[in-house]
Amino acid sequence: MSRSRSDILLRSGLGTLAGLSGSVVLLILFFLVAGAMPALRDGVLPRLFLDEFWQPGSQRDPQYALLPMLAGSILVTVLAILIAAPLGIAGAIFHRFYLPPRFAAWNEHALELLAGVPSVVFGFWGLTVLVPLINRLHPPGQSLLAAGIVLGLMILPTVALTSQAALRAVPGSQLFAAAGLGLGRVATVFHIALPAARPGIVAGVILAVARAVGETMAVVMVCGNIAKYPQSVFDSVRPVTATIALEMGYATSSHKALLFTAALFLVLLSGALVGWLAFRKGKNEAAVN
Amino acid sequence: MRIALLSPAIAIALVSCSGKKGEGTIVLTGSSTVAPLVADAAVRFEKQFPGRKVEVQTGGSSRGIADALNGRTTFGMISRELKPDEAALTAHRIALDGVGVIVHRDNAVTNFTREDLINIYTGKISNWKMLRGKDAPITVANKAEGRATLEVFLEYTGLDSADIVASVVVGENQQAIKTVVADPNAIAYVSIGAAASEAAAGTAVKLANCDGIAPTAENVAAGKFPIMRPLQLVTQGEIPAPAREFLEFLTAPANRDLIEAHLYVPITE
Repeated sequence: MSRSRSDILLRSGLGTLAGLSGSVVLLILFFLVAGAMPALRDGVLPRLFLDEFWQPGSQRDPQYALLPMLAGSILVTVLAILIAAPLGIAGAIFHRFYLPPRFAAWNEHALELLAGVPSVVFGFWGLTVLVPLINRLHPPGQSLLAAGIVLGLMILPTVALTSQAALRAVPGSQLFAAAGLGLGRVATVFHIALPAARPGIVAGVILAVARAVGETMAVVMVCGNIAKYPQSVFDSVRPVTATIALEMGYATSSHKALLFTAALFLVLLSGALVGWLAFRKGKNEAAVN
Repeated sequence: MRIALLSPAIAIALVSCSGKKGEGTIVLTGSSTVAPLVADAAVRFEKQFPGRKVEVQTGGSSRGIADALNGRTTFGMISRELKPDEAALTAHRIALDGVGVIVHRDNAVTNFTREDLINIYTGKISNWKMLRGKDAPITVANKAEGRATLEVFLEYTGLDSADIVASVVVGENQQAIKTVVADPNAIAYVSIGAAASEAAAGTAVKLANCDGIAPTAENVAAGKFPIMRPLQLVTQGEIPAPAREFLEFLTAPANRDLIEAHLYVPITE
């Protein structure tokens, strides 16, 4: 009797807590939609896509172009992935197949530590070390390149650690079978282990993309924040998150509503990423079964 | 089941925490230029008047205005003049601050006229050589939309924010200073107080003269330095007694040292 009672208590308690954490995302979405509503009502929403510049504070000609900033978010993320994915995956292969076990633990700890470095520290390092270096190559230094490198280093642990886990999960029997067939290490890595670990590695990369799209603090310090399409990696860019961070505290009326709209687009973008990930995972599991 | 019933109550309690404060609490929100000064004054005030509590939150002058209009704060902090459409508020000056132009310590250019600044920030002057400096492109650092320093700068130059052609956009004063340190060819404008204390601490930045006038406290106090702004607290309607005490405390001659420690200029009338 008492046992079932404690069971009910635990069950309802856990259920409530799970429900609360699940409803947070709904609350946030509701909050964003409510904040974006004035933009929809005043008809300024299309301006996000029709305007040419982002100059919300102009007295003479306020304009609100979102597209250069969405491009900024995407370019910075792509550059970060181009840096983090090869490094992370190559590192994970080395970690799994070449590194002696007692160094492997150190490698993992170092990556975990890297994952724990606060983003503002990355931004500070970028602004005081990386930006002056890039500035010597090509001013101003605060640029797409700086943001991509800083962000790439930030998401590197995510890619590396999930790739390591995915490679570790490849059944030993498959590797033994490969050895039994007389396959060398190179063939084993590229034709047995990597294809088997691919879903896990892809999941890690997508997680890293989601983090890169949403990262703000480090990026705002090194990207230069000019809301135009960059012509080269040395030009300034302004991702959507940087705009929200720079302007939300000051924005009023339609400017504010449009920032909410931009935030909503970002959430939907990462939502689409996560949804795609779940869809792929479901398809893979169906294929296995 | 009890937990299930309690949880929404906890959630509501958490939400309402951000609302009403105790009767004696003085809340100030707004300008990140005013906040450090007020926070220091608050420490001294709480020591001298036990039982009083002062809370300071930043978020920019626009937030100070919005919060004061909504009654969410005792005082809004702003680092500019009130605009005509903000006439519902009353402003109380607590200090003055100049906005100074900064360049790298190694930059040979030491004076800018208003005309120079207009030409630099609209892209007409794009190389330091045009100002008798070295042959290098100018990196123009502008402040983000909504910053009071940007508004003060626009008012001085008579430019619209759409006219400005910038190489980078920065937020806080510190970010502007770090940008100039990182780039020997950069120009930016920040609160004189922030730049002077950094320069005194050995940071590689230099405050330039404007129209031949040095950016010093004396020149700001005398109204000679051309780019300046008042630091003000704004209120709507009646000020409650403890809040009035704090306002008088801030401008009292005995606490002038706090204002000077932040390199702002006290009001002397």
